[in-house]
Amino acid sequence: MTAEDPVVDVHDLHVTFATDGGDVRAVRGVSLRVEPGEVLAIVGESGSGKTVTARSIIGLLPETATTSGAVLLRRNTDTGSSDVLSLSPNALRQVRGRDAAMVFQEPSTALNPVFPVGWQIAEGLRAHTGLSRSEAHKAAIDVLRRVGIPDPEARVKYYPHQFSGGQKQRIVIAQALVLDPGLVIADEPTTALDVTVQAEILELLRRLPTEFGTSVVLITHNMGVVADLADTVAVMYDGEIVEQADVRTLFSAPKHPYTRALLDAVPRVGASRRGALTTARAAAPDAAPIVEAKGLTITYPGRLRSAGFTAVDHVDFTIAPGEVLGLVGESGSGKTTIGRAIAGLTPVTGGSLSVLGTQVRGISERKLRPMRRRIGFVFQDPATSFNPLLTIAQCVAEPLVVHGVAGDASEARPRVDELLEAVQLDRTYGDRFPHELSGGQRQRASLARALALDPELIIADEPTSALDVSVQAKVLELFVRMQSELGFACLFISHDLAVVDLVADRIAVLHHGRLVEEGDPAQVLDSPRDPYTQRLLASLPVPDPDEQAERREAWRALTGASANVS
Amino acid sequence: MTADIANLATPPSPEELALVIAPEHGPRWHRLPIVRQLRSSVGLQRGMLVAGLLLTGIFVLSAIFAPLIAPYSWAQLRDAHGLFGSQQAPSSAHWLGTTVGGYDVLSRVVWGSRTALLTILAAVVLSLFLGVFLGLVSGYFGGWLDRVLVVVADAIYAFPSLLLAIVAAIVISGGQSNLWSGILAAAISITVVFVPQYFRVIRSEVVRIKSEAFVESARVIGSSSARIMTRHVLRNSVRTLPLIMTLNCSEAILTLAGLGFLGFGIEPSKAAEWGYDLNKSIQDVTAGIWWTAVFPGVAIVLTVLGITLVGESLNDLADPRLRTRRAAGGGRKRAKDTVQDEGATNQPEDAR
Repeated sequence: MTAEDPVVDVHDLHVTFATDGGDVRAVRGVSLRVEPGEVLAIVGESGSGKTVTARSIIGLLPETATTSGAVLLRRNTDTGSSDVLSLSPNALRQVRGRDAAMVFQEPSTALNPVFPVGWQIAEGLRAHTGLSRSEAHKAAIDVLRRVGIPDPEARVKYYPHQFSGGQKQRIVIAQALVLDPGLVIADEPTTALDVTVQAEILELLRRLPTEFGTSVVLITHNMGVVADLADTVAVMYDGEIVEQADVRTLFSAPKHPYTRALLDAVPRVGASRRGALTTARAAAPDAAPIVEAKGLTITYPGRLRSAGFTAVDHVDFTIAPGEVLGLVGESGSGKTTIGRAIAGLTPVTGGSLSVLGTQVRGISERKLRPMRRRIGFVFQDPATSFNPLLTIAQCVAEPLVVHGVAGDASEARPRVDELLEAVQLDRTYGDRFPHELSGGQRQRASLARALALDPELIIADEPTSALDVSVQAKVLELFVRMQSELGFACLFISHDLAVVDLVADRIAVLHHGRLVEEGDPAQVLDSPRDPYTQRLLASLPVPDPDEQAERREAWRALTGASANVS
Repeated sequence: MTADIANLATPPSPEELALVIAPEHGPRWHRLPIVRQLRSSVGLQRGMLVAGLLLTGIFVLSAIFAPLIAPYSWAQLRDAHGLFGSQQAPSSAHWLGTTVGGYDVLSRVVWGSRTALLTILAAVVLSLFLGVFLGLVSGYFGGWLDRVLVVVADAIYAFPSLLLAIVAAIVISGGQSNLWSGILAAAISITVVFVPQYFRVIRSEVVRIKSEAFVESARVIGSSSARIMTRHVLRNSVRTLPLIMTLNCSEAILTLAGLGFLGFGIEPSKAAEWGYDLNKSIQDVTAGIWWTAVFPGVAIVLTVLGITLVGESLNDLADPRLRTRRAAGGGRKRAKDTVQDEGATNQPEDAR
């Protein structure tokens, strides 16, 4: 095979889906080339057609799809290439795994839980090569070692649940690499992972072209990941490629307005801090805190004889009136549990938690109810936090009706319209159903509902993590404005340091249920004291290829140094 | 929609708009349960649904308009010209012949549909209300009540419905019954067997819905349990009910016919009933008299088939993975492998 030939050459690809609402043209006229040893990143927001494009490279489209154009994929066995779109199902099966392989977003669902990982890796090998059982076993051990699983001889017999999320993703990558494909398609490979784990997986993916001779098509919405990994970038919007350039050119001189808007919307640590607002709030330091936690412990009961799981372990913090406390941590750090405990959704098992002057520990649901009108809650996923059978106006009116401010939804309508306009939604949206709104609009409506009773405290649990980055920027802007206008106190929970930096007056970092660091954003983010905070910050990829290359070196030094610490 | 993205670059295509808005707009009757499914179906699934609706429609119409359709009453033995005579072959006076007891077969088949419909209504109404209520309470509150109800439901699964029906028939009327006690015997036994099914389906849906964010948000707002259950949980958990109801209906007909066939049914002078007629025609079959057995039998088969077809196709249409769609126009090939989750595109449909 000649080195000049592209590994995959997508030419004028069109994909159309048949849906209940008529045809949807998901991809229109996309052309792409991936050279050997190159990492191509396809970026775009949800619905831009990036996943559909990548899936069509290995013919993984649902039955409702109709395609036209050509996808020429270089064969691993000889110098020719085959048009994936015209292959028979049988020939397509040959191509998958051998010429191109796929790494999925969620490693915990991509592996079959009832088979050992070694068996699952060997399965692909034996389907394609006819190796014997023991040879395939050896190959599986070998590839596990190459992706950095320690002690592969023993662990090849382990089942998926015995590995951590990051290791599972390594195994999924091993599964893709075992047949030495010319191309690996990674569909949001790090989106489901914590940021410190993400840094490790990115490190592994970066080694693929050099060590395994594999080209990579990386699909992601995270511009930091792109800056970290990609050689060339294709920006997709609404089924078309709006801009395609090498990574440095794209980040330094984006041509298309959409690319520019996308890059501007990415929040960055230290980019815009709310210095002006904090001074106004510091004027009333003596006021009683809205929330005060002392030695707060929350344990989830275990099943039968097993011990319970302590999600929050002796945490102390306070939230002053009108203050925004940003609570940061990775999955399983207990940040959501704290938010739920303050809202009375999860019982407190130890220590003390006083909310709005009431001790929440051991309180009954009935005593909690009057307190609830003074607390608003914004949920993570705007798609599920609205009753799908009620209109937006009815949903927003719920708190007013429940607390007797209005008799029914139509009586509350004037106030609802006012609220919707406050969150920059047209009042006609009130008559729509939740699924007729976009994610960002739903999250605004969610904020409107939380504000309906003029609460003194808002708990925002990852309010923007389900949103696209440009939408996130607008929602955060709105949130900051509402907060400074209305002056409510807020617990802002997020896994994203950059987002917290935008909104918070103070930041608390949680790790395994313990509070490791707390302070104002400048102190926590610019000169972190705790090694975990340092690692968290170093792992965060920034949307600038040159700066990210420096940070990567720093991260390598830090993880090498902090290996004995953690 | 998508105002957030719209001011960044080009507005969304009309297709996307149609996709999002389609389920909600248009005349109100388009959104009625079966009409909506009929409109969204294509091909074989539409054929199944239409055939099922047709058969069920004929059944319901003949039950309602039995006095107009049937030439005679169900218990009529004679007219102006004298006795009908027993086991008469189909003729212009008796299109489907007469039975061994001297009744007109056509009249009994038509009137029999009325008995069957009443049984269905009684059984469905009884088990629906009881099952849904228990499922809702059990699923929402959980705890010991839930555990006890689940165990009881499991125990009831072990009873064969026909045996229960016989017991119910004997208890209600000593075995021989008139119209209402016969119907009630079948309906009560069906209820006992079907309450656990409604219970389980509703309970599992409620347990799922209960953990959804919108229920949590209702709790955070401070809504009372009763309000959450009726306003937020119940309406979102009744999606699968039409399917169980159709199963329930066909089971009710079969049990009624089974009771009649075993001799615990309704006396012929009180009401027409297909199972009873089948029982009486056993002797006729060996004597070559086919019309007394075939027509009530066909009535049972077609009614159950029609209702089951409606249920099956409603089930297929409710599931986006099973629903077929018109092929997207303009392209050449169709991809064969179905891997992708289509939940996203169908969420509006599912949510309703």
